[in-house]
Amino acid sequence: MTVETLFALAACALVGIGLYGLIVQPHPLRKLVAFNIMGSGVFVLFGALAKRGAAAGLAADPVPQALLITAIVVAFAATAVTVALLLRLIDVSDSASLAEEPPAGERP
Amino acid sequence: MTTVVTLVVVALLLWLALWTVVARDAFLAVAGFVVYGLLLSLVWVRLAGIDVALTEAAIGGGLTGALLLGAVGRLRGTEAATWAERSGPGTRAVAGLLSLVVTAALVLCVLLLPEPAPTLAPLVLPNLPATGVANPITGVLLAFRALDTLLEAIVLVIALIGVWSFAPDRAWGGRPGPRYRTDPNGILAYLARVLPPVGIVIGIYLFWAGADHPGGKFQSATILAAMWMLVQMAGLADAPRIDNRWVRSGIVIGPLAFVAVGVLGLWTAGVFLGYPDGWAKPLILTIEVALLPTLVLVLALLMNGPPSRGGAR
Repeated sequence: MTVETLFALAACALVGIGLYGLIVQPHPLRKLVAFNIMGSGVFVLFGALAKRGAAAGLAADPVPQALLITAIVVAFAATAVTVALLLRLIDVSDSASLAEEPPAGERP
Repeated sequence: MTTVVTLVVVALLLWLALWTVVARDAFLAVAGFVVYGLLLSLVWVRLAGIDVALTEAAIGGGLTGALLLGAVGRLRGTEAATWAERSGPGTRAVAGLLSLVVTAALVLCVLLLPEPAPTLAPLVLPNLPATGVANPITGVLLAFRALDTLLEAIVLVIALIGVWSFAPDRAWGGRPGPRYRTDPNGILAYLARVLPPVGIVIGIYLFWAGADHPGGKFQSATILAAMWMLVQMAGLADAPRIDNRWVRSGIVIGPLAFVAVGVLGLWTAGVFLGYPDGWAKPLILTIEVALLPTLVLVLALLMNGPPSRGGAR
């Protein structure tokens, strides 16, 4: 198995792991971290595709690689906006809960 | 040998990803994520993406990690309350099943990828000399796919406006974050005096070398922004007011110069963002020089967050 196939398969698992955390973790910050894991899985998959495109003496296809740099920067910007939104939510409501109603405390 | 290293990296990567997702403590999860980002840089090196590895280490692991660590510190009190809302076993089982299905579908796609792999590399290489830069990634970012980079610069400015708009009314126009006060003779203040000169030289070198070697304005801007953050955290300088005209001009100069060069291309090359023959390198350099202050300011101010004190004057 080539390096790029191995990383591509690992990337598939990363997307799954991130998706699981995104659904299961209740805290918005944890959801954000999980979403970043999921996003990085997509990036690695794309990077593995870039490596498969090695041709003409280049070690990888530079077009997807350049788009990856753009993607990483945009992902950071989106994370920064989300963190600011989250901190504001806590300033205003004193809680990070995303539930429709605050939990009563004696839920099963 | 390299296969063993690759297998170890993959195993560590998956283990760290699982750890950050299931760890009970948010701080541990974020710490895991920072290490994960560094490990990801190794993956990019193995995937022959040195430029991507530099960006990942600087922005993906470094800046994002620092941002999340800062947030964890302020969210400590809310963690226990939301833990009570965690999903029951039923939801977890369904989520696990869904994740497995998504992973399986992706694996199927990977195994069914076409041979030979489609690639644009043979198109990039013969056209690269016309751009005057030798690093194919820089050529793609600023010539062949310059529109993406322009939109990205605009997205960064919009993200900053988004972050600022979360400011409470009373703080609008003021300074973000706390005013850091540290021991002026302490180790942090010492580092904040010694490191920035070195960091600035490395940052500018990465910027300049990006034309022909791995590196470029994003990696450079991150290092410069990090140096500025260090000076702020050591209490040697305060964060800027967000209604400062110089700050705001610096933020828009990059995208504006980029658009101006693009419009110029309409006349000289007949297409938006086209470069006339022989002028590609100077125009690319103009865009990069104009983008650098924008990127440094936006990255540092995104880290600073919305203004929180010293509102309208």
